[in-house]
Amino acid sequence: MSDVKYSKEHEWIKLEGEIATIGITKHATEMLGDIVFTELPEKGSNVEKDGTAGVVESTKAASDVYTPVSGEVVDTNQAIVDDPSKINQDPENTAWFFKLKIKDKSEMDSLMNKEDYDKFAKESSS
Amino acid sequence: MEIKKTSLYKLHQDNKAKFVEFAGYQMPIQYPEGIVEEHKFTRSHSGIFDVSHMGQLFIYGDDYLIEDLEKIFPLDLKNLKLNHSKYSFLMNDEAGIYDDLIITKIDTGFLIILNAACKQNDFEILSKFLNNKYKMVLDEKRSLIAIQGPKSVQILNNIISGVEALSFMSGNWFLFQDQKIYITRSGYTGEDGFEVSLPNEQAEKFTKKLIEKGAKLIGLGARDTLRLEAGLCLYGHELDKNKTPVEANLKWAISKERVSKGNFIGSDKINKQLADGVNKIRVGIKPEGRIIAREKTKIFNQSDLHIGEITSGTFGPSVNGPVAMGYVENEFSKKDTKIFLEVRGKKHPASVCGLPFYKKNYVKGASK
Repeated sequence: MSDVKYSKEHEWIKLEGEIATIGITKHATEMLGDIVFTELPEKGSNVEKDGTAGVVESTKAASDVYTPVSGEVVDTNQAIVDDPSKINQDPENTAWFFKLKIKDKSEMDSLMNKEDYDKFAKESSS
Repeated sequence: MEIKKTSLYKLHQDNKAKFVEFAGYQMPIQYPEGIVEEHKFTRSHSGIFDVSHMGQLFIYGDDYLIEDLEKIFPLDLKNLKLNHSKYSFLMNDEAGIYDDLIITKIDTGFLIILNAACKQNDFEILSKFLNNKYKMVLDEKRSLIAIQGPKSVQILNNIISGVEALSFMSGNWFLFQDQKIYITRSGYTGEDGFEVSLPNEQAEKFTKKLIEKGAKLIGLGARDTLRLEAGLCLYGHELDKNKTPVEANLKWAISKERVSKGNFIGSDKINKQLADGVNKIRVGIKPEGRIIAREKTKIFNQSDLHIGEITSGTFGPSVNGPVAMGYVENEFSKKDTKIFLEVRGKKHPASVCGLPFYKKNYVKGASK
């Protein structure tokens, strides 16, 4: 079974073997509003835990996307660059952002599980 | 200072608006459908905008008032017909813009619609210039509701019979449940529409009628994307007291008749700029691809020289791509000039373009 974890910056991360798929949460999309632009990290580049790894923009503002773990970018989701509205429609599934070959599994330990994240999201938006 | 609320606050709440503080008012930025849907609905149907935060300044007077106002505004007010409106500016001696406004000649004098953030300052400036000779009321007891989009005329005419006969930039008094309301055919979205000034007590009831007939509440977020696609300026962004109407490429709004004779605030500077040209000028900017260049984004020419700055930039839902306006040095203001926009440290190609991005649907020749 895959293990989905969540960051305080509202990213989700699903680990399968040593490949992690990362996207932004439904809660994040609700806060952002209509997403109209996406920028993703370059394939083959290395990203560091908590560093910026992309940008999403709504009609009103730009927001950085962070990576909750370190690793090498092995794939990016061109579909959400071509049609960013897909992120609002299906943020935690088909509208993933990028896949990493992760460096250090223990970086996952500090992340939240679903229950804790839902509580965190509720508190941070109230 | 306490945040003010408009008469429609409860209705916005009931419609699950997200609120934002704007110019001291709690205003709806969007509703659950979101900015893109609200924007498209306005372009295809009819959107209702609560703009009650804007100033409604009534100045009472006759021919002397007209003479005095001509010393302030670059307008031919003597020849402005009753119930007709003009877009204009309140300027300083250097023709810097304190506010942009719509002035309408009404039976008792003039009605001037002012930007929310500027209205108090405008009132003080105008009081000083007019020497307290005329009764001036910045009316907080009236709400202002805009209804915009191609279906607006049908919807509003259903409630207020006769509005369909108004032509663009003209208005009149009408009755709504025995109360006098002033309606102009105008707006700031690039669509046909109306602005309705009515007593606060009537605002909610009136708006609910519009909703009943098929119009929808639209937030300030979509108002911004709509006006930007229409190439219209927003005070505090394209316009401020360090920019003149000539630099803002709004010289069409200055009366040719008046400018040659001068004798209004800022006329010397305006005449000088019209004769000698300007150093910087407002232009439309179309980024290549999907990159969005926000306000304060630096603009470069092909030789990497810094030539200007973006004043507004967003995604235009109707043109389905990024749109922006900004100021560039005059020599780079020609249509199709290649420029570069620095976003997050990278320079992205763009070009200077004509405005509007989205073609207007104003009704010019409505029956008189």
